[in-house]
Amino acid sequence: MHNVDYEKQPGMENFHPSLVKGPVGINMNYMGEADVFGPEAKISARKVNFYYGAKRALNNINISFSPRRVTAIIGPSGCGKSTFIRLINRMHELVPGTRFEGEILIDGLDILSPACDAAELRKRVGMVFQKPNPFPKTVFENVAYGLEVNGVTDKHLIEEKVVDSLKKAALWGEIKDRLKDSALGLSGGQQQRLCIARCLAVSPEVILFDEPCASLDPISTAKIEELILTLKKEYTIVIVTHNMQQAARVSDNTAFFLMGDLIETGRTDRIFKAPRDKRTEDYITGRFG
Amino acid sequence: MNKRKERLIKYLFTALAFSSLVFLIGIVLVLFKEALPIFGKVSLKAFLLGESWYPTSEPPEFGILPLILASLWVTLGALVICVPIGVGSALYLHELAGPRQRAILKPVIEILASVPSIVYGFFGMVILSPFLQDTFELPIGLCALTTSIILGVMATPTVASIAEDALSYVPRSFREASFAVGADRWQTLTKVIIPAAGSGISTAIILGMSRAIGETMTVLMVAGGAAVIPHSVFDPVRPMTAAIAAEMGEAPVGSDHYNALFAIALILFLITFVFNIAAEFISRRFRLKLGLSR
Repeated sequence: MHNVDYEKQPGMENFHPSLVKGPVGINMNYMGEADVFGPEAKISARKVNFYYGAKRALNNINISFSPRRVTAIIGPSGCGKSTFIRLINRMHELVPGTRFEGEILIDGLDILSPACDAAELRKRVGMVFQKPNPFPKTVFENVAYGLEVNGVTDKHLIEEKVVDSLKKAALWGEIKDRLKDSALGLSGGQQQRLCIARCLAVSPEVILFDEPCASLDPISTAKIEELILTLKKEYTIVIVTHNMQQAARVSDNTAFFLMGDLIETGRTDRIFKAPRDKRTEDYITGRFG
Repeated sequence: MNKRKERLIKYLFTALAFSSLVFLIGIVLVLFKEALPIFGKVSLKAFLLGESWYPTSEPPEFGILPLILASLWVTLGALVICVPIGVGSALYLHELAGPRQRAILKPVIEILASVPSIVYGFFGMVILSPFLQDTFELPIGLCALTTSIILGVMATPTVASIAEDALSYVPRSFREASFAVGADRWQTLTKVIIPAAGSGISTAIILGMSRAIGETMTVLMVAGGAAVIPHSVFDPVRPMTAAIAAEMGEAPVGSDHYNALFAIALILFLITFVFNIAAEFISRRFRLKLGLSR
């Protein structure tokens, strides 16, 4: 996998490893190996440490995420993968007693700096959670919520956005007659797609999925995965998953976390076929985790 | 042998559990039995809407409208006090208080609930009523306003603790979902958390009302006791509970007056019964709405 013919990768016609730009010397893996699939980084984390009280949860994480690609973060429970993606939209701020060091750049701007407004950031970086968490409101109100809190008052615009988001989330066909019904009456899989629609409605650039299929049945899971593959045409996607088959199915790049360390990143096919680190190999072959 | 023992235990606990039902039925039966004779003398309408309560005059008059209105006035007045303070405390505890403030405030609110009502009554008589009398230059400090304030303070812990429970039942994931689309704390509170907890908060308010309308000792001490239709909050009043407590000792058993007092108790029971059913109904809907089921 070392001499990848980039010209033959879909969407990569104009891409050459030498074009990879990024924080020079920061992410050796990304830079040094030209191993990550995609153009220059949308998101780059540099020297990120994270603490819950005195307990260190992330150690010196350096990683980049390519735009309009899916990056899977895998690793055993408690390895820091959820902790890490929650930094990207600053959800960690909802937990008291946490502390971080380092920076995370999105389009070159440090989103962890106090100068960056968390609410503004979260509009750009949406999140879908482990358990579907629609509000106890109607389907329509759920999707419109993000627009409403961001000061959109134009009814037509809201309606247009809601319909558009539901279509993008592959939910419109099933649900177009139930817009005024409670969202809690939907099945788990529909609820999760509704949450995706709610996130799409505010037009994010990045979508973080935190084990989005953990509570879903295989059919609903397949629908979500299919949806993720469609969404990556427009959005930069980071997905945390416990499920290695899922990582293999949906992602272009994979990052393996273990006990707060980033062990290895690379193209998903390469990671699964030829892991370079013994620990990655042990994990993906099921020797632990 | 063992089987018999098991059966015995089963019967014993069944009996204990159903004893509450027996008590309830007993109370209701006695209320009806003792109350009904009065309606042979006075029509239900005249009883409920009659404007004069002179049970010991000759001829006696049994109109309890002044008593009902007194109860409603002081209860509504109490709500004006206990809803903002109770719901506000709940929101503060749930949303703003750090661990230290919670550690102080929660026990304080619970202790407020455990103060005996006679102490509240005493406080109302000795401190609040003279204060109000001086401030508003009233002829008498024992009035509807005094009662409302004291009842409001008494009902506050009920409202605060049940409303806080309701808020804490709102799943944390709602808050996360709201923040994740760019809402701020205030928007999350007003657009997601309070609506989600809304019926739970209504339950808290209704139970606070039940607490206020059923309170007797305090009301007896501070309401002033005049069985006259109130025209201002500064008028002394005689709520239903106070009338029963004050007059039961003087009413000869089996007399019309005696039966009329039971009839007041029956009406009071029906009012609190409706409140409680409403609270139960709303809280059930609340749990369903949050997907907590049952």
